[in-house]
Amino acid sequence: MAAIVSVQNLTKSYEGGFTALDDVSLDIEEGEIIALLGPNGAGKTTLISTICGITVPTSGHILVGGHDTITDFRAARQLIGLVPQEINLEPFEKVRNAVRFSRGLFGLGRDDAHIDKVLAQLSLSDKAGNQIKTLSGGMKRRVLIAKALSHEPRVLFLDEPSAGVDVELRKDMWQVVADLKKQGVTIILTTHYIEEAEAIADRIAVINKGQILLVEDKEKLMERMGRKTLRIELTEPLERIPESLSSWDLELAPDGRALIYHYDSQSDSTGITRLLAAVRDAGLQLRDLQTRQSSLEEIFVGLVHGEDDAA
Amino acid sequence: MNLNAVASIYRFEMARFFRTVLQSIVSPIVSTSLYFVVFGSAIGSRIDTVEGIAYGAFIVPGLVMLSVMTQATSNASFGIYFPKFIGTIYELLSAPVNFLEITLGYVGAAATKALFIGTVILLTANLFVDLPVAHPVAMVAFLMLTCLSFALLGFIIGIWAQNFEQLQLIPLLIITPLVFLGGSFYSITMLPPVWQTITYFNPVVYLISGFRWAFFDQADVAVGISLGAIGLFTLICMTVIWWIFRTGWRIRQ
Ligand SMILES: Nc1ncnc2c1ncn2[C@@H]1O[C@H](COP(=O)(O)OP(=O)(O)OP(=O)(O)O)[C@@H](O)[C@H]1O
Ligand SMILES: [Mg+2]
Repeated sequence: MAAIVSVQNLTKSYEGGFTALDDVSLDIEEGEIIALLGPNGAGKTTLISTICGITVPTSGHILVGGHDTITDFRAARQLIGLVPQEINLEPFEKVRNAVRFSRGLFGLGRDDAHIDKVLAQLSLSDKAGNQIKTLSGGMKRRVLIAKALSHEPRVLFLDEPSAGVDVELRKDMWQVVADLKKQGVTIILTTHYIEEAEAIADRIAVINKGQILLVEDKEKLMERMGRKTLRIELTEPLERIPESLSSWDLELAPDGRALIYHYDSQSDSTGITRLLAAVRDAGLQLRDLQTRQSSLEEIFVGLVHGEDDAA
Repeated sequence: MNLNAVASIYRFEMARFFRTVLQSIVSPIVSTSLYFVVFGSAIGSRIDTVEGIAYGAFIVPGLVMLSVMTQATSNASFGIYFPKFIGTIYELLSAPVNFLEITLGYVGAAATKALFIGTVILLTANLFVDLPVAHPVAMVAFLMLTCLSFALLGFIIGIWAQNFEQLQLIPLLIITPLVFLGGSFYSITMLPPVWQTITYFNPVVYLISGFRWAFFDQADVAVGISLGAIGLFTLICMTVIWWIFRTGWRIRQ
């Protein structure tokens, strides 16, 4: 399947000479949800802005739906809806007019039924006639989403959609994203909430210092890199790890009531059976056992820090 | 051509105007009336006529031009500066529109507002003095061309400006003095020869002279030259705007 967004060797240096994107290449498949993860200043917004035409690439090419974003910008931009990171809205305008304006700007004729549908989808119907300045921060963010959806885009960019949005609204928004995906819309989102990426993304790209460190299926990523942790809870607290267990790579919990063992769930031999036998032989009484899969967050922090160490 | 986009921008800008429509009508009426009280009655009673035209009537074209130029400039500059200031410009930059469409929307709206205000002033003036219009078509053409060219200038200023002070700077320091010194309230022939020569470097002179000719069939400069000057000014502004969008100067990083 051809990529709906294809970023090829994109470099972006800002006027001051700072290189925010360094030879980035990325293909995004039609219909997928891809999450861009990365610390502050990684270049996520710059990448999105350059694809959408807000900043100009220093070198490299971008195709959206097969159209070059510079030479064939109309066709490319027609496909794109953008929800920016900052809440940029004209405060005195009414919600419905603001959304209608966006639709017109993208060259589409007036269609109030569609606008009403979008507003309803984002639970903004009862605010449609209000001035934007009278809305709460979370509502304003939804107005931005409504504007982006007003012209029925095939590719939607969400730059930190859940910043400043409460838990319940975030769930609602995930629902909106899921519905859009069902309609075949491709979604690219950036987030600092790894649980968000875990909850809704199909693929994850990790970006740091203007470079893409990794792009992978979420499931595969978690499987491949997912180390598991076994926590052996003890009836009696320990001062330190017994001599007989010193050959195992164990950690003692701070309160001394548990031994912690890291292992790779994919490997042929996890060593759990032998470990448990050794624990029994050491004369320790077990109270409980827990296993835990490391989260995307840990993977992410590991990646970004690993890069820092290497640098 | 993305006509829906042009219409959307135009409508959006006009909506801003209509939110404060009362203020938009009242303030030119009040200031025009003040000019008539001060210049028309107090001073005019001593001047009587200029080049055979009652002084009260003589100043009308200049008055209209003064308002139209400042209004066209400030409306257009604010219109494009405000989205930059509050960040909504992202939408224009990421929409399938080209420079011509953006310019048409903003400049068209600013020119319309200025035209509206110019008309209000003409109607108000008509209450105070007898106002003949010798060349109605030329009068409307001059008025519209002035609205358009100064809206283009304002659009450039709005893109150039990086803060509100700069936004006010050019209208205040350049346009107002040029208009006042451009023969709004006197005939250039009333000046000493040296100053007459200097005045010919003031582009506003050609506009006011041409506009006044449309009313009274008398001009300081030949009408053809007036038309040429304003045409040239419009062309220069358009070229600058084209260059701005081509290079992304001050709008696209
Ligand atoms: N207009 C600009 N001029 C100069 N440098 C810029 C500009 N915009 C961004 N940068 C720099 O580019 C880098 C990447 O910024 P960007 O906004 O893309 O990061 P981000 O990944 O979106 O971060 P965040 O998570 O904080 O939103 C930063 O170092 C930033 O300072
Ligand atoms: Mg960002």
